[in-house]
Amino acid sequence: MPGKLKVKIVAGRHLPVMDRASDLTDAFVEVKFGNTTFKTDVYLKSLNPQWNSEWFKFEVDDEDLQDEPLQITVLDHDTYSANDAIGKVYIDIDPLLYSEAATVISGWFPIYDTIHGIRGEINVVVKVDLFNDLNRFRQSSCGVKFFCTTSIPKCYRAVIIHGFVEELVVNEDPEYQWIDRIRTPRASNEARQRLISLMSGELQRKIGLKVLEMRGNAVVGYLQCFDLEGESGLVVRAIGTACTLDKLSSPAAFLPACNSPSKEMKEIPFNEDPNPNTHSSGPSTPLKNQTYSFSPSKSYSRQSSSSDTDLSLTPKTAPYPQGPRIYLCPSSPSLSCGSLHLKKSCLLLSESSLIPHHSSLVSPVLRKSVSFSEELFLAASGMGSGSAGKEGGPFKALLRQQTQSALEQREFPFFTLTAFPPGFLVHVGGVVSARSVKLLDRIHNPDEPETRDAWWAEIRQEIKSHAKALGCHAVVGYSESTSICEEVCILSASGTAAVLNPRFLQDGTVEGCLEQRLEENLPTRCGFCHIPYDELNMPFPAHLTYCYNCRKQKVPDVLFTTIDLPTDATVIGKGCLIQARLCRLKKKAQAEANATAISNLLPFMEYEVHTQLMNKLKLKGMNALFGLRIQITVGENMLMGLASATGVYLAALPTPGGIQIAGKTPNDGSYEQHISHMQKKINDTIAKNKELYEINPPEISEEIIGSPIPEPRQRSRLLRSQSESSDEVTELDLSHGKKDAFVLEIDDTDAMEDVHSLLTDVPPPSGFYSCNTEIMPGINNWTSEIQMFTSVRVIRLSSLNLTNQALNKNFNDLCENLLKSLYFKLRSMIPCCLCHVNFTVSLPEDELIQVTVTAVAITFDKNQALQTTKTHVEKSLQRASTDNEELLQFPLELCSDSLPSHPLPPAKEHLESASSNSGIPAAQRATSVDYSSFADRCSSWIELIKLKAQTIRRGSIKTTVTVEKASPVGDGNFRNRPAPPCANSTVGVVKMTPLSFIPGAKITKYLGIINMFFIRETTSLREEGGVSGFLHAFIAEVFAMVRAHVAALGGNAVVSYIMKQCVFMENPNKNQAQCLINVSGDAVVFVRESDLEVVSTQQPTANCQSSGTEGEVTT
Amino acid sequence: MTSELDIFVGNTTLIDEDVYRLWLDGYSVTDAVALRVRSGILEQTGATAAVLQSDTMDHYRTFHMLERLLHAPPKLLHQLIFQIPPSRQALLIERYYAFDEAFVREVLGKKLSKGTKKDLDDISTKTGITLKSCRRQFDNFKRVFKVVEEMRGSLVDNIQQHFLLSDRLARDYAAIVFFANNRFETGKKKLQYLSFGDFAFCAELMIQNWTLGAVGEAPTVPDSQMDDMDMDLDKEFLQDLKELKVLVADKDLLDLHKSLVCTALRGKLGVFSEMEANFKNLSRGLVNVAAKLTHNKDVRDLFVDLVEKFVEPCRSDHWPLSDVRFFLSQYAASVHSLDGFRHQTLWDRYMGTLRGCLLRLYHD
Repeated sequence: MPGKLKVKIVAGRHLPVMDRASDLTDAFVEVKFGNTTFKTDVYLKSLNPQWNSEWFKFEVDDEDLQDEPLQITVLDHDTYSANDAIGKVYIDIDPLLYSEAATVISGWFPIYDTIHGIRGEINVVVKVDLFNDLNRFRQSSCGVKFFCTTSIPKCYRAVIIHGFVEELVVNEDPEYQWIDRIRTPRASNEARQRLISLMSGELQRKIGLKVLEMRGNAVVGYLQCFDLEGESGLVVRAIGTACTLDKLSSPAAFLPACNSPSKEMKEIPFNEDPNPNTHSSGPSTPLKNQTYSFSPSKSYSRQSSSSDTDLSLTPKTAPYPQGPRIYLCPSSPSLSCGSLHLKKSCLLLSESSLIPHHSSLVSPVLRKSVSFSEELFLAASGMGSGSAGKEGGPFKALLRQQTQSALEQREFPFFTLTAFPPGFLVHVGGVVSARSVKLLDRIHNPDEPETRDAWWAEIRQEIKSHAKALGCHAVVGYSESTSICEEVCILSASGTAAVLNPRFLQDGTVEGCLEQRLEENLPTRCGFCHIPYDELNMPFPAHLTYCYNCRKQKVPDVLFTTIDLPTDATVIGKGCLIQARLCRLKKKAQAEANATAISNLLPFMEYEVHTQLMNKLKLKGMNALFGLRIQITVGENMLMGLASATGVYLAALPTPGGIQIAGKTPNDGSYEQHISHMQKKINDTIAKNKELYEINPPEISEEIIGSPIPEPRQRSRLLRSQSESSDEVTELDLSHGKKDAFVLEIDDTDAMEDVHSLLTDVPPPSGFYSCNTEIMPGINNWTSEIQMFTSVRVIRLSSLNLTNQALNKNFNDLCENLLKSLYFKLRSMIPCCLCHVNFTVSLPEDELIQVTVTAVAITFDKNQALQTTKTHVEKSLQRASTDNEELLQFPLELCSDSLPSHPLPPAKEHLESASSNSGIPAAQRATSVDYSSFADRCSSWIELIKLKAQTIRRGSIKTTVTVEKASPVGDGNFRNRPAPPCANSTVGVVKMTPLSFIPGAKITKYLGIINMFFIRETTSLREEGGVSGFLHAFIAEVFAMVRAHVAALGGNAVVSYIMKQCVFMENPNKNQAQCLINVSGDAVVFVRESDLEVVSTQQPTANCQSSGTEGEVTT
Repeated sequence: MTSELDIFVGNTTLIDEDVYRLWLDGYSVTDAVALRVRSGILEQTGATAAVLQSDTMDHYRTFHMLERLLHAPPKLLHQLIFQIPPSRQALLIERYYAFDEAFVREVLGKKLSKGTKKDLDDISTKTGITLKSCRRQFDNFKRVFKVVEEMRGSLVDNIQQHFLLSDRLARDYAAIVFFANNRFETGKKKLQYLSFGDFAFCAELMIQNWTLGAVGEAPTVPDSQMDDMDMDLDKEFLQDLKELKVLVADKDLLDLHKSLVCTALRGKLGVFSEMEANFKNLSRGLVNVAAKLTHNKDVRDLFVDLVEKFVEPCRSDHWPLSDVRFFLSQYAASVHSLDGFRHQTLWDRYMGTLRGCLLRLYHD
């Protein structure tokens, strides 16, 4: 009996009139938890009843506490007939289960009814007494903190980032049970809400268990989704990143945490259960046990054959026998290069042939690299007979081996994080994604959701192997999604292949050496751009050049990623939202035929989306995409692709070439003229965009830095794929001088269309910027005004002329108009930036396209923004303020006052005063330098191994530099920044934002995760203002309920807010509509920085600056 | 391609003041869009008409949802559905309860009943205010009336407390409610020159002096009587006013009164001779108005009578306002010197208010 839940019903207000005769209500309340129900007295004849009940006490297992929601039902007492329900409140008591979060839930909750919406409010107080029980973590996982935020939460420091956790639970959808035919819509909706609530609780508890097994104490980047599979059931699945977090409570707590005690902590897992994550440790990863063998190499081979092991009901079709169509989209260059020369039609063919090619190519490489790495490791560490091997007997393996193979041993070295502690990210390879088309079938045994698990496992394997092909051992910014239409389901996963610094990944030994090394090397801000793969054995053709920043390492010409822009990256100018939009008609078909058709279309769509992105990126004069999210949606008769990303100009990457248009029929004069006209337009657009986004050529940026940069070296063309294409390119390369031009060939109307669509994208009106990442690159002086919003549009296509072109145009217009509307609506906030713009497309019916956008508009100070010369420093300061990672200032300051060519001397000075963290990339780089001279044929996967090997050889010198305490100078600078005026101090305001921070404010406490699911239905659609009125009211109600819950937890904001699902169905003929919404976020307490300054002295503020690793003020 | 659904919901509810005004003025979405286009907003922002249409629809929808709450403004403050900064809430309420001068003059003093509501069509045509806006304003009057009707205590305070209006607007509503309750006639042709402000001024004076609440000792009246302290005129007072009749009925008293006034004002009044000639008529008029107030019918005609019996005669003789002021002061004060007159307090209560009203009513 480990917990006592106490509930008190205080009062109600604004209740609806339930008795027409008296215009009053006789209300009472039922409080239900699990199977226990309590009732309050009936409060007669009042719309504002004061129950002031006793404390209702529930004695329950903590397992139930985690799973079950507290259910409060307000009813109208009726002497003669059945009591009428007024509405319900579901309260997730999870936040009360961990010590650092909320201690009490108390406040006014909207009383919600699925048919009538919000009907008054009820004041409730909830408390939990948890009894300390040594075994309390057996079934439950109370105490594990959950965060939706996809970075290390602001007032915590990551001790260890353990890695990927996932789980899914399935159940029958109550909407499809037989009983649904005889029960009321209200009962059905409530059953569904309750079930999903229960399933979410269970899922969270199970994930928590996994985290505990990994010795973690928190899940960051927790993303939970539900799939409404219709007849075949309801799947709730979640992924996240297990971490061990330390609360940054006081400066004193920091030292022990970082020095030896943390060491001990880190070592514990190895001593006790050295390998908590391997497949052998059964209970931790139950589902994978059956599917995967113990040795990774085996699982790779399995993976290559997985396409044949038809676990699921995937259709067997001729071109892609395995059904799942998985597509490798490695860092951009590959496909776009291909597109330069070939005719589109041919190209598509070559493209489609390219895919199987990839997968066949990938696995051998992988196996090779794996075995090689083992050898290397053994050699390096000087342990000839290291029979244990990286995946070998975990208990006997030496600590060092463990540390080196920590990542390899993970079944899925994935991280749902999109922003990282400084130094965590070493190199970025590119985007990896995989999709698979599945046929849904009823889930026969909900307790063993094997098929769904297997589906995802398959996809994750594919992702993993893609990452390996890119020479990366990990995937960051990882996410999964589905799109379901009837019985066909597309599963998608994507992420960014990356090489990570092992320091955060459980291995304690390396730390000291790394930190020592850092003093010899300077940190780089361009390290993450350097290619992790071997340039002579590239997984795809790419143009490589020497890094424009350090001149030492190779970088690709374009970089696509799914993560946020690393805080230490040097960006020139501002970023912008770039979208690729695409529709493809498909024939209506049933089951397998349908799945086949979709499978066949997918690669083409991926390709075209990719091309579009590339074109638009070039058109903007930029060279990298961050936060890339490609969504493929399946409908009855079409497929939609929508890719959103934030384009930026990375200083480390080469200047992008322009776009050349080439006609196919050169003899036609007028045609030629047309082409040249188009070419001019494109060139103009590029020039205009460069101006708009303040993308100054590197020369200028170097002036800013204050010193000339050596003439760019002749770029190595050795690696360029020597296909017939490259010659053509050079021939056409007229206007852009030495830069590589990107050639668009106009050979048919389709291509013409594409070019036109390129030019139709209207830039946002002046004063507006937009991006889909957390913060806008190049803007750093945010003021405190924020406005989060959701906008939904549904258009009906006229079925007459449904061609791909018309469809594309419609879709394009829809998105563009939506953006225009947003700009117009938010015009009062100018100058402002739309951040975290998140588009979701769904196809609810044949001719309907629904687009949902959630974003936040943040104002910024224009005057400061204009001082572009100071951008870098300011940015660093701002970032530090927002991200609590003050260490970043250091490298950035470095960049601004010392030149990249001789960076060492100044670096030293800084290093002495600055942190160890920032030094990590330096060490990494240094090793990778001699790596390139040494290891030539293996992928950069080995780089990491080698790095470790080296450090081990040097002996583990534990100089855990406690520099996290940080540069007081930087703090001082930051503090002097004028604080935004704190205008709004109204009580009860709850801010909501999809970002992980609140501009001009400091998050002081995380109160717990908000994860809510609502259904709203109406049978009087017209009376409620039609579909727009209905959905408008519902979304407003959802916001209200989220705010109320946050306020009741004692919070004043929701960060990392996301509307994960907004399923809208209408039947205007029957005057009915139904909508399901799932939202989540982190409830937090924030304090305005201006307030904070008053309260706290220099010391605490310095601490709160002090990086993601320490220092925090609690209020 | 047709837009089936198009919504925008902000965490903080966006309120566009211009659109709010258009909505309050009762324009349809189409008209509002046209008006906004005419305002040149498209040129300023570079938006398209479609964007404007969508924006207007959104705002209208929001206002429509807010309207339910605006009917009981305290609800707007406590509701959780729309997060609106307090300053915006105040603006929403104040604007919603604001009314058009032209409209209020039409319905002032009328019974706020269904019958009057049916006449709104005509009022709309006459004033050029949209029917929708007329309805809103009428319903506002009626709603405020209903809420404060049964309440005790200060009318203005009650209105302010239940509708969270500004002091100015609450006073105006008090006047409207007071007029509606007492059904003062304000629509007669000869009253057309008077503004709402004139009536509101009078109403305030009357509420302060002539109602039960004004006496300050109203609690002596048992609760059962349920007289609305500020809304109803003090019946006893009206009854007592009959006693004033002696001032004109008693020939000696009237002459004495006249001589007192004339003595005091001689040389000080530009229109002395006209005053002297008219004194008896004027005095008779003013006292008779008082004496008649026992009848509801005559209470309703109060303003008509005042204009007929006092304002018009003076105006026809071209009395300057300063002379009217002198005269009324002296006229009221001189009564204190009339030894045979015993109702001094009553006279002051009556004349004090009446003097203020008359001065306000006396203009072109």
